[in-house]
Amino acid sequence: MIETQFTPDAAGAIPGPDWLVRRRVAAAEQVAAAPMPSVEEEVWRYTPIGQLDLGRYQLAADPGERSTAEVPDHCAVADTSNGRLCGVELAPELADLGVEIRPLGDGDADLAASVDVDLFALMNAAFAVEPLLIRVPPGASVEGPIIVRHWLDADGVAVFPRLIVDAGADSSVEVLELYGSADVAAFVSPVIEIRAAAAARVGYLAVQDLGPKMWHIGSQVSHIGSQAHLRASTAALGGAYARTRLDTHLSGRGATGDLISLYFGDGEQTLDFRTFQDHAAPDTTSSLLFKGAVDDASRSVYTGLIRVRPDARGTNAYQTNRNIKLSEGAWAESVPNLEIENNEVHCSHASAVGPIDGEQLFYLESRGVPTETAERLIVTGFFDEVLDQFPVAGAVPVVRERLLSKIEGLSHHHVGNGSGS
Amino acid sequence: MSDSSKSELVVSDLHVRVGGQMVLNGVDLRVASGEVHAVMGPNGSGKSTLAYAIMGRPGYEITAGSITLNDVDLVDLSPWERAHAGLFSTQQYPTEVPGVGLENMLEEAVAAVGGDRNAVEAQVVAEAELVGFDLDLLYRSLNVDLSGGEMKRSEAVQLGVLRPRIAILDELDSGLDVDALAAVSHRIEQATHEDNLGVLAITHFSRLLTVLHADVVHILIEGAIAETGGPELAAQLEETGYDPWIDTRAESPVEIHSHLEFGGGGDPWP
Repeated sequence: MIETQFTPDAAGAIPGPDWLVRRRVAAAEQVAAAPMPSVEEEVWRYTPIGQLDLGRYQLAADPGERSTAEVPDHCAVADTSNGRLCGVELAPELADLGVEIRPLGDGDADLAASVDVDLFALMNAAFAVEPLLIRVPPGASVEGPIIVRHWLDADGVAVFPRLIVDAGADSSVEVLELYGSADVAAFVSPVIEIRAAAAARVGYLAVQDLGPKMWHIGSQVSHIGSQAHLRASTAALGGAYARTRLDTHLSGRGATGDLISLYFGDGEQTLDFRTFQDHAAPDTTSSLLFKGAVDDASRSVYTGLIRVRPDARGTNAYQTNRNIKLSEGAWAESVPNLEIENNEVHCSHASAVGPIDGEQLFYLESRGVPTETAERLIVTGFFDEVLDQFPVAGAVPVVRERLLSKIEGLSHHHVGNGSGS
Repeated sequence: MSDSSKSELVVSDLHVRVGGQMVLNGVDLRVASGEVHAVMGPNGSGKSTLAYAIMGRPGYEITAGSITLNDVDLVDLSPWERAHAGLFSTQQYPTEVPGVGLENMLEEAVAAVGGDRNAVEAQVVAEAELVGFDLDLLYRSLNVDLSGGEMKRSEAVQLGVLRPRIAILDELDSGLDVDALAAVSHRIEQATHEDNLGVLAITHFSRLLTVLHADVVHILIEGAIAETGGPELAAQLEETGYDPWIDTRAESPVEIHSHLEFGGGGDPWP
């Protein structure tokens, strides 16, 4: 039982269409009755969830500044500030195509699925102020990414961004979501729903570059229809504790999901990913590649489950998680799992946690590349495999720059690099 | 990076331990600018250990002896500092470095000694043409998805750009075709003439020496030099194999040290 300001009354007071208000109140009642997650539960193992004091956060704050994050060429930008939508700009061609970017309204009840994978997804259902819809009509091809920028500069606020990407049959669209903050201690709990209808092609990239005192607990839930293709990626760079749970449902025959992410922890960050590749239809393919590095006293957690349901014959499912541990004080956990209920499948998983490869380092050093430069080259090269596969290619140079700035700050108390002389 | 002044790599009484085992038990060698030395020996004689120990690979513990290049003691230097002192080594199986390109690495290596990183690209292209290295491969990660011949051509490109004083070639002839071996060997011999490069070529078989012409041949047996001579030693080896030297060692291990004086059979170089 959680006694905070996050009450059904508070949820009911948020303005919106009647159906949404009713749904908020119902979700808030579930929240009020739910226990706080605990590290006793497998999905919260290795996390600092016990340190979360929701009572420290206020439900609302006035909008502050807008994000000034650099954005690539695009066809639309929506901005939020302290959880409030404060502007949507879209190119006229988008309206001509019938693309909608707007908060959910009166007639949209059937568009908002209930996402209740954990307490925080429920809190999002209860307290998301303006769930934002990106809707691409069947057959429409959107040129250039649609960008959603979030900015927080109110200390002690809790915000619950909700984004729904609804890609109609045979449409194509790319969405870039950017999370940034001033140096405040706030709580962000987003939920992203992606629906790719039959033969739709969707790219989604989240760049999480929040300040070092921020908590981020998010969910990304995707449903990929028949012959549709989703490429979903996250670059997790910021936050004190930043977690994303991905539930990827391959729901239609021949659906494909590529899940390609990177994370880089330093200082005392904890970066946490829980992934579920759910193969519910025949001939579906999912490829997951998550690569991370932990420096200083940072921590990372990756746990992943591939589930192949009885009907999902002809599944191809791959899961790879590789981690570089850059300092003695850093820690990375990697736990892959398979749950297979059909015999006609190809599944593989691989995971690794280790220091910078000593042989690679020796090779570069033997050419005259100083140790620190060699380490930087190797770590950058390690991530290039991921960056090369990111959707929203125009955003990759900025992500790479930001990653390089973290790599430049590598600590030099390395493991496994003893000299032989 | 190099000039034509005389350089000399001097290995004295080198003892090396790897994984708790003594592998080198007192190796003496001198390699001067412009010379090509071959170190030949059977499997397990310590050939690769010698190459790695000179380059400073972690895990190769020098328990006694010294390695100097132009009177600079290399033993306490890291591999990159040894490279800056003028050393270069090729590996039998060059390590794959995913995500790091040849040119990118060479730019950093050149910049680290105060060179012009912007000049590297043109040098790489010129060197690639000299050894027939496919320019398309320049944009691949180092040694990833390269054939044996492509890897060794890549190493020759690196040698050409970095212009070391002394190069240690570990089993240069393994895993590549005759054309690649000829191209790479030719480039190395050219460097010995034009840049006064000194070469220490480590090989199991004398066939390397049909394309890379050694001035001096050393036979390495059980971690020490059993005999040093001219090219005729390789020819003799071709006939007899290593058995005569292995027998010598077994009968009188102490006498080995009398063979350690370098170049006792007259200088084949000026």
